[in-house]
Amino acid sequence: MAEMAKEKAYRIHLMVCAGTGCVSNNAFGIKAALEREVKKQGLENEVLIVTTGCNGFCERGPLLVVQPGSIFYQQLTEKDIPHLVEEHFLKGRPVKKLMYTPPKEKTPVPVLSDIDFFKKQVLIALRNRGLIDPEKIDEYIARDGYKAVAKALTEMAPEQVITEIANSGLRGRGGAGFPTGLKWQMVRNAPASNGSLKYLICNGDEGDPGAFMDRSILEADPHSVIEGMVIGARAVGASEGFVYVRNEYPLAIKRMNIAIEQARDYGLLGNNILGTGFDFDIKIVRGAGAFVCGEETALIASVEGRLGEPRTRPPYPAQSGLWEKPTLINNVETWANVPIIIDRGAKWYASIGTLTSKGTKVFSLVGKINNTGLVEVPMGIALREIIYDIGGGIPGGKEFKAVQTGGPSGGCIPKEQLDLPIDYESLTAAGSMMGSGGMVVMDEDTCMVDVARYFLTFTKDESCGKCTPCREGTKAMLDIITRITEGKGTEEDLTLLEDMAHAVKDSSLCGLGKTAPNPVLTTLRYFRNEYEAHIRDRKCPAHVCRQLNVYTIDENRCLTVGKGCDLCRRNCASDAIRGAKNEAHRIVQEKCIKCGVCYDVCNFGAVKVD
Amino acid sequence: MNHANITEILNKYQGDESSLIAILQDIQEEYSYLPREALVQVSKEMNVPLSRVLSLATFFRAFSLKPKGKHSVHVCLGTACHVRGAQRVLEKFERELGLKSGETSEDLLFSLDAVRCLGCCGLAPVVQVGEEVHGKITPAKVTGVIKKYRK
Amino acid sequence: MPKLTLDDLAKIREKTKRLTTIRVGGEYRAKVCVHMGTCGIAAGARTIMNALMKELEEREIHDVLLTNSGCAGLCSREPMATVEVAGQAPVKYVDLTEKKIKEIFEKHVLGGKIVQEYALGIGSEKTDY
Repeated sequence: MAEMAKEKAYRIHLMVCAGTGCVSNNAFGIKAALEREVKKQGLENEVLIVTTGCNGFCERGPLLVVQPGSIFYQQLTEKDIPHLVEEHFLKGRPVKKLMYTPPKEKTPVPVLSDIDFFKKQVLIALRNRGLIDPEKIDEYIARDGYKAVAKALTEMAPEQVITEIANSGLRGRGGAGFPTGLKWQMVRNAPASNGSLKYLICNGDEGDPGAFMDRSILEADPHSVIEGMVIGARAVGASEGFVYVRNEYPLAIKRMNIAIEQARDYGLLGNNILGTGFDFDIKIVRGAGAFVCGEETALIASVEGRLGEPRTRPPYPAQSGLWEKPTLINNVETWANVPIIIDRGAKWYASIGTLTSKGTKVFSLVGKINNTGLVEVPMGIALREIIYDIGGGIPGGKEFKAVQTGGPSGGCIPKEQLDLPIDYESLTAAGSMMGSGGMVVMDEDTCMVDVARYFLTFTKDESCGKCTPCREGTKAMLDIITRITEGKGTEEDLTLLEDMAHAVKDSSLCGLGKTAPNPVLTTLRYFRNEYEAHIRDRKCPAHVCRQLNVYTIDENRCLTVGKGCDLCRRNCASDAIRGAKNEAHRIVQEKCIKCGVCYDVCNFGAVKVD
Repeated sequence: MNHANITEILNKYQGDESSLIAILQDIQEEYSYLPREALVQVSKEMNVPLSRVLSLATFFRAFSLKPKGKHSVHVCLGTACHVRGAQRVLEKFERELGLKSGETSEDLLFSLDAVRCLGCCGLAPVVQVGEEVHGKITPAKVTGVIKKYRK
Repeated sequence: MPKLTLDDLAKIREKTKRLTTIRVGGEYRAKVCVHMGTCGIAAGARTIMNALMKELEEREIHDVLLTNSGCAGLCSREPMATVEVAGQAPVKYVDLTEKKIKEIFEKHVLGGKIVQEYALGIGSEKTDY
């Protein structure tokens, strides 16, 4: 057993966010600067520097939370650090100018829990965020980690564990919302042919563009996933598990690897876990970049080293999955919920949420919104609360238009439905779906036809090609929509598009194809007028569809402000701009191919678009 | 390409056929693409048809059959990036580097790819160069990013 | 033999919990705040802070919160510290030395008895945390 080292206490803990967002904003530079300055001030025995996983408020990174007191510092630069260390940690004077000041306000909010972004959040899956170093198993244990495993292995029968999960009302957080307890029961009941092998898989192939909660959990709290899996393995009788992580998530893979090693060192994975005689171990499988692998049968195929193509169900993986053995697949967030449900009880968990959707859901709040980041909220919260209270509304005084949920399988929910309480059923009724929890906010400058085109481009590219409706249908729909965005659409196209969408939905083999038409159908349902503007008026009201735009140059502005800089003419792809340096420029409309380069390169706002 | 290298990678997986994708990933990491000879060697030593190796190599996005540049530029076209103008960022990269998405420069310094969601949606639009992620990129910032790697 | 028993797991939990209490805010039996303005540091506040850190470490005490604050405004009586035992009014101590703070720690922070001879005022102000 591990040596009990002499306890070293510090009076200040600096929690440096090292989630991917903050890392890309130089979090490690900040950390190095903190170490340097703390040493310089002779505080190294008083101040402990801790790297944590994602704090959630990515918009404001790099972030630092000072404990005790949860003082929240944001948008730090290395230059700020000497002053911060001297003032706050040496002299005890928190530095106001590095704190968060809400837009439109003047006074900073020093304490994390007083900031609107954090106030309404309820942390269950993200319970350890910002509080532990994900690379230190002891810190996870200190947060009551592996307590649930101990309970499930020594005090509960496997059936009891399953009943507890069933009673909690937990449903799959990866998309479809299948009741987790029921799934576990199916795997437990499945007769294990050829010996007694059963497998467990953690689906971390977070392919939905705009969603990154699974990445965050794997990076910030990998042990919560491991612990959930050990409990699940015990409940269904599995002996081997796989964590399937997207190739695009190197940091998640690294932290998960470290966590697995540490759990093995402590005997929390491997043989005879905690002396109970139960054996279970976990391997990491790296995804290789295929969206369809988020679909469970495709994922299983790729774990087996085959092409990531889905197959028909039944049989379900619960009956015949990995190497034709009964296999339990849950996604990262689902697994992370398991330990705390076992620890605190089904009743507690079921007291949060709505009638049919229990607990909390993590959403990635992104797009045209002030406070972008990761939020965990109770099921049933109104969309408006997420977007305005937590998200701080739309930047630049623009008007909210829609929120896209559920990724390429989901749909767009309009302004009229802002008071919709969020749960599995309400989102489906609105024509969208929960999906993995991406929430992309769109404002008046977003073209909804373009959004539908965007998702179809995605699903067309990612269709594995196995079944015809999906392979051909997504392409045909994309052709129609592209035609519309280029101003070549007809009224009949809308009917055709709708018919085709229903056909693809009804006849595709797997979830990818069955849900691919959702972005088209919801935008047609709520934003038909935008389609009509593209078709009848040959106009894109948001000026996004460039083929419908008319670019002109304000010659006066070009000459007086820009001094005829000539940049647009030199960058023009079709030789459509007339003029020379120090002269006013103009666009020859017949030659313009509407690529928009002139608009992008003009530094003086002289190029106009209509 | 070095055959001993490939053998070393193959040995790590002890001929386990379910590790084919992992083996290709390791080769991709080592060479930044999948050299044809390597695929032939994998097929022979693993005793699986070359067609099967190639089907995997062409199905998954992580693999490339052509060499990639020293700095691989990934422009994220995830939804959050898309609504915040990633398409224009990609086009600026295409113009500045003189490459289309999916291409590699002749001097093998840069390759440019549009990718689906890097999972940094909070900082959209996002560009990843090698291991480094750059957030809140605008077309105007592109020249600066490229400059950093050109030296 | 398992690598880790239930008992071991509980021990690791208890130990690490103690070391990380300040992250989650727990029950503190007392708070000690050392005033560390430029004047305080010049007068030797670092010595006081170091002495307190040492006391906590040697006695393995984790339920006393040690903080610092800026200048307390009475520069002539630095170094200063405020001791607030849970449920009691804060007490300001002035003209501190290493020896005095050790005595205060022993008698007031741990023992609950105010050391009147070093005290300036009682209940004059609350500390931040």
